[in-house]
Amino acid sequence: MNNQALTQFLLHVGDSQLILSHRLSEWCGHAPELELDIALSNIGLDLLGQSRTVLSLAGQIEGLGRDEDNLAFLRTEREYRNLLLCEQPNVDFAQTMVRQWLMDHYHVLLLDALSQSSHVDIAAFGIKSLKEAKYHLRFSHAWMERLSLGTDEAHHKTQQALNNLWRFTAELFELTADEQALIDNGVLPKLDLLKAEWLAQVESGLAHLNLTLPEIGAYRRGAKQGTHTEHLGYILAELQYMQRTYPNMNW
Amino acid sequence: MQLIPQVTDACWKALNEVHDPEVPVLTVLDLGMIRGVDINADNEIVVRLTPTYSGCPATDMLKDEITNTFTERGLTPVKVVVDLSEAWTTDWMSEAGKQKLQEYGIAPPQGDSHSCGTHVALTDGVTCPHCRSQKTQLISEFGSTACKALYKCLDCLEPFDYFKCI
Repeated sequence: MNNQALTQFLLHVGDSQLILSHRLSEWCGHAPELELDIALSNIGLDLLGQSRTVLSLAGQIEGLGRDEDNLAFLRTEREYRNLLLCEQPNVDFAQTMVRQWLMDHYHVLLLDALSQSSHVDIAAFGIKSLKEAKYHLRFSHAWMERLSLGTDEAHHKTQQALNNLWRFTAELFELTADEQALIDNGVLPKLDLLKAEWLAQVESGLAHLNLTLPEIGAYRRGAKQGTHTEHLGYILAELQYMQRTYPNMNW
Repeated sequence: MQLIPQVTDACWKALNEVHDPEVPVLTVLDLGMIRGVDINADNEIVVRLTPTYSGCPATDMLKDEITNTFTERGLTPVKVVVDLSEAWTTDWMSEAGKQKLQEYGIAPPQGDSHSCGTHVALTDGVTCPHCRSQKTQLISEFGSTACKALYKCLDCLEPFDYFKCI
């Protein structure tokens, strides 16, 4: 088994969850309603917990003594492998919900597939996280309906958000050659088949929501090359500040 | 390796004194979080703990609480190990635990993990823990904590948390 490739794949999953969690935490104290403040914080907390599990596992498989904290706080932008979609700014509640809805559909499919992994720890991670992801999707789906099928202003903002974010969806479920080898060996399930399913679910949802895909299409990539948008640097500057300023500090 | 019966008893009694920091009427045993108590080759008592939710901040507190309680009672050396091999489910919550939740003012999980909210929509109609009415309405899938949803009762007009089935 190619440990390096598996480590990199797990970092891709865990980094996406960590960065998305961080974006959600930015709403804490600022959400439109108290119940939304709590909900977004709790979804972020679930994602953080999932990220901890999978980053810890990545560190173990890598075998260089790096734990979840080392990986989260001491890697630089080019070493981070999160989907670029996750690092996009919140902008407003509509864009936050569109990003969440696209990612929740992704997570439900991904985690369900990972539940079938022959690697016992990856399967356990998938099974556990899937239960939580289903609640996330229910929440984001309901809000997509309220926004897109609500007032003209809400619909307009939701469409605008989709126009802004769709370009980042190209790299969802895309695999590198190393990862394809892991699938051929049975360590990872057939993730490459999930893109079509994701697209079908999302397009069906968009039709129901009266939303249209932007003509610009989906094309922006970089997660697995570590080439991110300008936003990740600012996120890491905040996320990593304490550990970098006071190395080895503990709460 | 197996612990001798007296020590096993003492361990389970100690665990019955470890309360959830967020919902203090519940113990870790009520929550079904303890997967086993054994002794390892280094003669350490090993308590296997399964967290409820991935991000639950109480998990770390409970690990410390278990270690402290065991140490106070001379049940040492002790090690608490997080066991992720099986996903925690509300199916593991004891009936006594569900009763305690209701009395505390939190609606206990309805249904089992095969029929519950992760598969079908969280519905209106959860029983109000205050007045027992079923005329209740879901406000949000996420209540005061990730494990709970927020409802309001249309009869007594009180809001309440519902411990989600998972």
